[in-house]
Order: sequence, then structure tokens, then C-alpha cells
Amino acid sequence: MKMITAIIRPFKLGDLELAVARLGVQGMTVTEAHGYGTERGHAEFYRGAGYLIDFAPRTHVQIAVDDAIVEPVVDAIANVSRTGRVGDGKIFVTDIEQALRIRTGEIGVAAT
Amino acid sequence: MNRNSWISRAVAVFATLTPALALADAAPTPDKGDNAWMLVSTLLVILMTVPGLALFYGGLVRSKNILSVLMQVMVGFSLIVVLWCLYGYSFAFTEGNAFIGGSGRVFMNGIFEPYSGTFPLAATFSKGVYIPEILFAAFQATFAGITCCLIVGAFAERMKFSAVLLVMVIWFTISYLPVAHMVWFWMGPDAYTDASVVDAMNAKAGLLWQWGALDFAGGTVVHINAGVAGLVGAYMVGKRVGYGREPMPPHNLVHTMVGASLLWVGWFGFNAGSALEAGNSATLAFLNTFLATAGAVLAWSAVEWALRGHASMLGAASGAVAGLVAITPAAGNVGVMGALIIGVLAGVVCFWGVSGLKRLLKADDTLDVFGVHGLGGILGALLTGVFNTQQLSGPGLVTDWVTVTVGSNPIPTQVLIQAKAVGVTIVWSAIAAFIAFKLADLLVGLRVSEEAEREGLDTNEHNERAYTN
Repeated sequence: MKMITAIIRPFKLGDLELAVARLGVQGMTVTEAHGYGTERGHAEFYRGAGYLIDFAPRTHVQIAVDDAIVEPVVDAIANVSRTGRVGDGKIFVTDIEQALRIRTGEIGVAAT
Repeated sequence: MNRNSWISRAVAVFATLTPALALADAAPTPDKGDNAWMLVSTLLVILMTVPGLALFYGGLVRSKNILSVLMQVMVGFSLIVVLWCLYGYSFAFTEGNAFIGGSGRVFMNGIFEPYSGTFPLAATFSKGVYIPEILFAAFQATFAGITCCLIVGAFAERMKFSAVLLVMVIWFTISYLPVAHMVWFWMGPDAYTDASVVDAMNAKAGLLWQWGALDFAGGTVVHINAGVAGLVGAYMVGKRVGYGREPMPPHNLVHTMVGASLLWVGWFGFNAGSALEAGNSATLAFLNTFLATAGAVLAWSAVEWALRGHASMLGAASGAVAGLVAITPAAGNVGVMGALIIGVLAGVVCFWGVSGLKRLLKADDTLDVFGVHGLGGILGALLTGVFNTQQLSGPGLVTDWVTVTVGSNPIPTQVLIQAKAVGVTIVWSAIAAFIAFKLADLLVGLRVSEEAEREGLDTNEHNERAYTN
């Protein structure tokens, strides 16, 4: 099992959901986040004060998947999330040691 | 011809022939329309402070400090209203000397007679027209309250709650009350019965009233007074930790916009209610308040668009407040196009006040109390001297209260009078503020600890969080 962590532009969430649903993904966890990458910093003005704002809004998505569909899911996420401009985000894939479905007690791949 | 009109015409003719015998015996009865308008105006000004000013300021600070701002406004307002009824009204609006009133109405003594049920009357600006004095006192209470709450913006996010309240008590007593008395206290139009009493009646009025300074609703008394006190406070309290290095943008500009809108709506009571009756002067003040503010919103937005590339919500809201401040002394004292010009200039000048001037002053005036209220008040007070004249379609002023003759002063003359009043207010307020902040510092200390400031005033001063999710 792998944990796919995708950090994307907030408005791409709907597209991501549709894209991974087609591949059999049955759940995900989404949080609102801030972040920056190579495009760090932009200026905002509030009355006379200019502020250099480092962080931009991001959406942080976590999906636990079986090894077999890791690649298609990662590709699908990357394709729908890409705009071509700086700030598109990143996807990380990490290993999951164990998973458990709370309601039924199923463990392992059956829990993803 | 019917019987009623014949009799009333006879009485009218008789009355003009024998003024001494005429209807003067009947005590003037306040007009219910005037009462109703003044009651509503009072309500509108309360709305300006709670929640108008509270939200306007609240949205501009960081989320960890919003409750502290709301508290300082709500509790501060309540405190000042209480003090007003204990002694403030008396020392502002009863006869005393040129600087301060007397103790005749301390504890609102005599504001109505419990045994006879009589309610003494307060003069308006029209002979024979009165409102109950208790209503005038209530209306003015809201002015005292909002003035003291305006100052809060200058030292937001770092001052102890106890120190804020202490400063308000002291400054209210030694600055608001005298300035209100000097600018607004006079004996009323009916005291000017004939030419022989004019000098004596003038001598009983406040100093700046005697000078002929025009301040319809409080450009000096409220805005310059608070603006200068705020600036002095900002210097004495010192800059916020991290000021200039860390970003401290407003946490909720929606609150700020709602607050600014409530201020605009409520300000119609502030300005038009200062006419003290539901007559022509109130209607002029009403339209002027409407138009000047709209002009200021457009002007600030245009300047910001041109200089920074975008017109922002904060800019539009700030423009509105700047226009409202500038039109305050002018509302019933200038013509309609004069009001528009005042508003537009306020939008431009106060934009400079919160940017260029702010950098020059080098104070952390957190919410631009001086940049908007101080500078806008000074601008409005001076421009009142320009646009009051009938030659610029202004309403002019009363040059003789015995005959109620309306005329105009030459513009340089009136502007000079305005400037002198502005100068006195600035100096008086600054000294009073210095004393107030110094005393508070000695008694309780002005600032919270650095750690408390970092964590936020809401948790440290009030043991509360605004946003728990």
C-alpha cells in the first residue's frame, strides 16, 4: 500500500476527485494548506503597507492506494492538476506500513 | 371664509403688532418630528460605534487580537457613556467659562423634574425651536463615546486593556470635555434678544465658538481630537513587535467593509442629527454626507488604481471613512458641490495620510487614526472655511443672532478662523493625551509583555478566542 500525497492548486480539487474516482479510488482526505515552492513571495498592499506574502493557498490531498494502481493514480492527478505555470504543486508517494478500516476492522489493502 | 381661518389671521396680525403680548407666554413645546429625528439620530450614532467602528477596526487587526479591539470599543463606549451621565455632560454643555462648563448637571441633576414631570428644553439653531435637554444629552453622549473609541485604533494589538480604559477616562475628562465646550457651547439663539446683550451672550460661549469657528458635527471635537491623541499614543506606546519586518495584514476585510458601511449609514445621524431639528439644515447635511462619501470612495479607489494597479476593498472602505470624516465639520455648512469637492479631496489627501505621511511620521499608528481621522478632520475643517461662503453656493453663516441675518465671511477670514481652531485643538489634545498616557503608564503600564503580544491579546487580556474552529 502506498500513501499518495498531492499538493495542488485549490481549484483543481474537483477535477482531481473525478479523475481518481474513475480509477477505483474510494476515499481521500483533504486539508487546506499554505505553501510555496520556486515562486516564493508576492506583494500585497493594505493601505500604505506593502507586505511580501510568502505563502499561497494550497490543497493538500492524501489517498491510500494499493500498489497496483499507484502509477495510474499519480499520472491522473498530475495530468488534471497541471496548468503549466509555476505553482502547480507536487505529488509524493510514501509507503504505508499498515491500514485499518475502523467500522469493520479490515486491515491491509482491503482498508484502502 | 370659514371661522377658524379668520380667527387665526386676526391672532397672527395681533401678535405681530404687540410682540410682548404674543404667544410667548406658552412654553415652547418640542416638535414631535424633531424629537423623533433626534432619537433616531442618537440610535444611528450608537450603531456607528457598536458594531460599526468595532467591526471596521476588528477586521483590520490580526485574528488573535480581534476580541481585544471589540472589547476596547464596546467597554470603552459604555464607560464613556456612564461618565458622560455622571459628569461629562455637565462640564461640556452647561455655563461655566470659555474653556469648560459647570457642575450644574452633574449626575444629570435637573435633566427632568421628578415631581412636576417637567423636562427642561435645550436650544437648537432656530429661535423658538427646542428639543428636550435629556435628548440633547443622550445624542451628545454618543459623540463622546465614539471619539474615545476612535483612539483605540492607534495603539491596537499591544496595549493593556486596563491602560486603555484608564487613558480613556483621563483623556475624556481633560480633552474631550473642554474641546466640546469650547467649540459647541453657546447660550442658544433665543438668548440673543437684542443688540445690547450680544457681547454678554457671546462671552458666555466656548472660546472657539466665540472666535466664529464652524464645526457642524465635530471635525475638531471628534476627529482632530481623537486623531492627534491617537498619534501621541502610538508614539508613547511604541511600535508593535515585528512591525516593518513581519507581515501583519488585516485578517478579515469582510468585517471591515461591514463596519465601514455601518459607519456610513450611522453617520447620517452623526451629521444630519447635529442640526438638532428635522429641518432644512439636517437635509443639507444629509445629502452632503451622502455625496462627499461617495466622492471619497471614488477618489481613493482611483488613486489606488493608478498608483498600485488595483482598487482594493480596504481602499474603498478607507476612502468612505475619509470622506465621512472630512464632511463632518462641513455637513450643514457647505453647499452640495462643495461637499463633493471636500469628499474627493479627502480621498486623495487621506490616501497620502496612510502612506507617505505615515512613513514620514514614523509611528506605528496601527489603524491610521491620524492618517484618516486627524488629517481628514484638519482638511475638512479648513475646507469648511472655503466652501461655507454663499458665493460658492454654501449656506453661509449667521452673522447676527438677534435678527438671524445670514451672510458670509471672506474665504481667507473664515479659513484663518478655522485654522486657529484646528491649531488649538491639536495642541490641547496632544498635551492632554501625553498626560493621559503618561499617567496610565505610571499607574498600570501601557504595554502587554512581548510574549503576550506575540500570542495575542485575546487570550492574554481577555482569556478568550474569537475563532475556535
